[in-house]
Amino acid sequence: MHLPAILPWGAADGFSKQMLLVILSVVIIATFFLLAARKQQLVPGKLQFAGEAAYGFVRNSIAKDIIGGRDFIKYVPLLFSLFFFILVNNIYGAIPVIQLPSFSHVGGAYVLAAIVYVTWIGIGIKKNGLRYFKLATVPSGVPVYILPIVIPIEIISNFLVRPVTHSLRLFATMLAGHLIVMIAGSGIEYLVMQENVLLKGTSVLVLAGAIAMYMLEALIMALQAYVFTLLTAIYIEGALHADSH
Amino acid sequence: MNQLIISAATEGAAAANPLVPNLWEMGVVLAGFAVLFFIVVKFVVPMFEKTFAERAEAIEGGIAKAEKAQAEASAALEEYKQQLTDARAEANRIREEARAEGAQILAELKEKAAAESARITAQAHAQIESERQAAVVSLRSEVGTLATTLAGRIVGETLEDDARAARVVDRFLADLETQNAGVAK
Repeated sequence: MHLPAILPWGAADGFSKQMLLVILSVVIIATFFLLAARKQQLVPGKLQFAGEAAYGFVRNSIAKDIIGGRDFIKYVPLLFSLFFFILVNNIYGAIPVIQLPSFSHVGGAYVLAAIVYVTWIGIGIKKNGLRYFKLATVPSGVPVYILPIVIPIEIISNFLVRPVTHSLRLFATMLAGHLIVMIAGSGIEYLVMQENVLLKGTSVLVLAGAIAMYMLEALIMALQAYVFTLLTAIYIEGALHADSH
Repeated sequence: MNQLIISAATEGAAAANPLVPNLWEMGVVLAGFAVLFFIVVKFVVPMFEKTFAERAEAIEGGIAKAEKAQAEASAALEEYKQQLTDARAEANRIREEARAEGAQILAELKEKAAAESARITAQAHAQIESERQAAVVSLRSEVGTLATTLAGRIVGETLEDDARAARVVDRFLADLETQNAGVAK
C-alpha cells in the first residue's frame, strides 16, 4: 500500500514522499510562526495578526475552553504543535501536485496518538498517583453490583480503545479521502481513454463528483486536525480532574 | 497511475495491510514532531504569551489610568462644590456681619448724634442763660446809668454818688417791678 520511496528510487522501504512532506511541514510551521512572532508589537501587523489568530485559536478555543483553570497554559505547546502539525500534513492532500496527506499512512497517526496516550496517563499519575487508575476506571456513584461490568468496560474504553480510535480516526479519514480522490482521478483517466464518445463524456460526471469530494476532503482535513487536538485536550482534562469525574 | 495501484495491490498481503506501519515513517514523524514541539515550547509560545501579557497589561493599565483620572476628576468636582458651598456660606456670613455692623454703626451714629444734639442744646441753653444773665446784668447797670443820667438831666442834679445812685435805681426798679406785678395782675 505504500508508495515507492524517493531514495532509493522505487524501493519498498526507503525515504518516501511522506517523510519528505513531514519534514517540510515542520519547516513550514516553524518558519511561519517564528516569523509571525519575531517582531512582537502591541498593535500587530498582518503577519503577526495571522499568527496570533492561529495561536489564539488553539490557546483559547481548545486549551482554555476544555482544560480551563490556570493549568491550561502548560498544555498549550503540545496542543498547538499537534494542531498545526496535523493540519499542515492533512492539507497536503488538498494541494495539487503534492496531493498526499501524510497521515494516509498509519505510522504517523500511531506516533501522535502514542505521544498523547503517554502524556495524559502521565498527567493522571502525576496528579493523583497510582490512585489515578482507580479513579479512571471506577466511576463514583455506581451501585456495587454493577461495578464488575462497568470496570472492564471503563478499562477497555479508556486505556485500550481510546488510543486506537484516536489514531485510526485520523488515519482512516485521510486514507479514505486520499483513496476517493485518487480513484476518481484514475476513473477519469480511464474514461477519457475510452474510444466510445458517450463513455468518454461520462468522465465529466466523475469530474464533478471528484471536485465535490475534493471540497469535502479539504473540510475533513481541517476538521480532523481540530478533532484530534480537541480529543487530546479532553483526555488531558480528564486526567487532570480525574477525582471530580 | 493505474499501473501503480495494480502493482501496489499485487504486492504481498502484509504490505497491503494499511494498519501495519512503516517504522521509518514513524521515526520521521516522531523526530519531526519533536523538533516542532521543541521550537514551539522554546520560542513560539513564549513569544506569543509575552505579547498577550503585554497587551493585556497595556489595556488594563489604560483602564486603570482612566479610572484614576475619573476618580481625580470627581474628587476635584467635589472639592469645587465644597469650595463653592463654603464660599456661599462665607459670603452670607460676611453679608450678615456687614448688616449687623451697619446696623450697629447706624445705632451708634444715631446715639452719638442724639448725644451731640443734646450736648449742643445744653450748651446753647447754658450760653443763652449766661448771655441772658450778662444781658440782665449789663442791662441793669446800663439801664441804671441811663436812667440815672436821664433822671439827673431831668432833675438837673448830678447824682454822682454811686451809692446814692444805686439806691435810687434800686428803689426805682423795685417800684417798676411792683408796677409790673400790678399790671400783670
